[in-house]
Amino acid sequence: MAGQTDPHISLFSPQEVEFMAEDELVEIVPNMNMEQLNFISGDFGRFIPQIPTKVPLWLAVALKRRGKCSFRPPGWMSVDNLTQILEAERESQSTFQALPFSYVEIARLLFDHAHDDIPDKYMVRSLVEDIRDVRLHKLETNLGSFQGTSAVKISNVSAMEVNIVRPFVRRALEAFYKHDKPEADIDRDTRSSRQQREANNEPRRPLRQR
Amino acid sequence: MGIFKQREREIFDLMASSSEVGGSSADYETMMSTSDVELLKRAWRNEKAAPEILQYEGALVERAKEQIELVEETIEDYVENGKDPLLVSLYQMDLDRTQFLLRSYLRVRLVKIEKFMFHNLKSEEAERRLSEQERVFATKCADDLVKHFEETVLLKLPENYQSVLKQSQISEVDDMVPQPHLDTFVVCRSNNFVSLNLYEEGESPETVEMERGDLYFIRYKIVKGAIESGQIDLI
Repeated sequence: MAGQTDPHISLFSPQEVEFMAEDELVEIVPNMNMEQLNFISGDFGRFIPQIPTKVPLWLAVALKRRGKCSFRPPGWMSVDNLTQILEAERESQSTFQALPFSYVEIARLLFDHAHDDIPDKYMVRSLVEDIRDVRLHKLETNLGSFQGTSAVKISNVSAMEVNIVRPFVRRALEAFYKHDKPEADIDRDTRSSRQQREANNEPRRPLRQR
Repeated sequence: MGIFKQREREIFDLMASSSEVGGSSADYETMMSTSDVELLKRAWRNEKAAPEILQYEGALVERAKEQIELVEETIEDYVENGKDPLLVSLYQMDLDRTQFLLRSYLRVRLVKIEKFMFHNLKSEEAERRLSEQERVFATKCADDLVKHFEETVLLKLPENYQSVLKQSQISEVDDMVPQPHLDTFVVCRSNNFVSLNLYEEGESPETVEMERGDLYFIRYKIVKGAIESGQIDLI
């Protein structure tokens, strides 16, 4: 069936999240001549050897796998930038650094198919994995400190990370809201202590797949 | 062959290629540079994430179907004329991706229709959001289900309990009809600066303000209107 994820587990499957990320534009350097591609999703090309051009990620991977191009890794994937981001992530307990929304998927696809186009690939890969770990850990710890509200702002969280925490956060927030509603004018204090008890009762789903 | 190519060009000119990740700030520009595939992807994502069924994007689906057929013909053409197989396979991939979006979009809607069958037929608002074919499907499905229930169970129950929609004659509302949960929390991203009322009418008005690009976990009911007008996307 075309993309029917079980909505009780997770709204979007990881493959679907990757599918959405594959439309992001990346830069490639073709090594062959090809006419312009008039796709339904847009026009790309012309392809001239050694002239860099922007194409969607899925197209870039397809061309790379057939040996028709090489990648220009995106600017944010340099060792310097990633080290800086990792430092900043480790420093702050509650804010997330600005990363491309689909950084996980982009990095993953590049590592899988174009690792020889990435300078210092081992360093870059370990940096990206460390950043992922730190961010996921931050998400987990922050989840324990929710207040019952109707809107929670999550800035700079990436697509994959959102998808992972979504089921848990939805149920937690729904429980808060449900129990909050009838008591609109109860004391602030009693309400917050009740919320803390709610947080403990929610079953903690393991967020990391090992 | 020449005319064929020209029509192809026309259609592809109508939808410019997607703009880059950042997107432009002017709404007009964004609208002009959003390809149909982008729109379809957005509709698919919103539909998947929303607890109730959303407005059917009839025009978009028709355009997508047209383009898909066009490309299918083009590919057949290319294969017959022995065009570079690489080119053909790339066009095929693009076609597959678009078809996936279209099919999944329609399937997600069907799942929702089946889930809230009676509710969709009862509520005028929901019924307006279905396409012609979906309405026919929903009615037929509902009829079959009612008939099935009646024959197997309901007619064998005592008189007061024979309705599909109500638990018993005493019920004032149709309490056997499952309703979509509008209070579900969803993740959304705003396309513009938007200020929304957090609570229902009459209660203490607290607002939440979203800048362009902010991500929020928020109750669906609050953002429902903004999604319909295109100001907010579900993730």
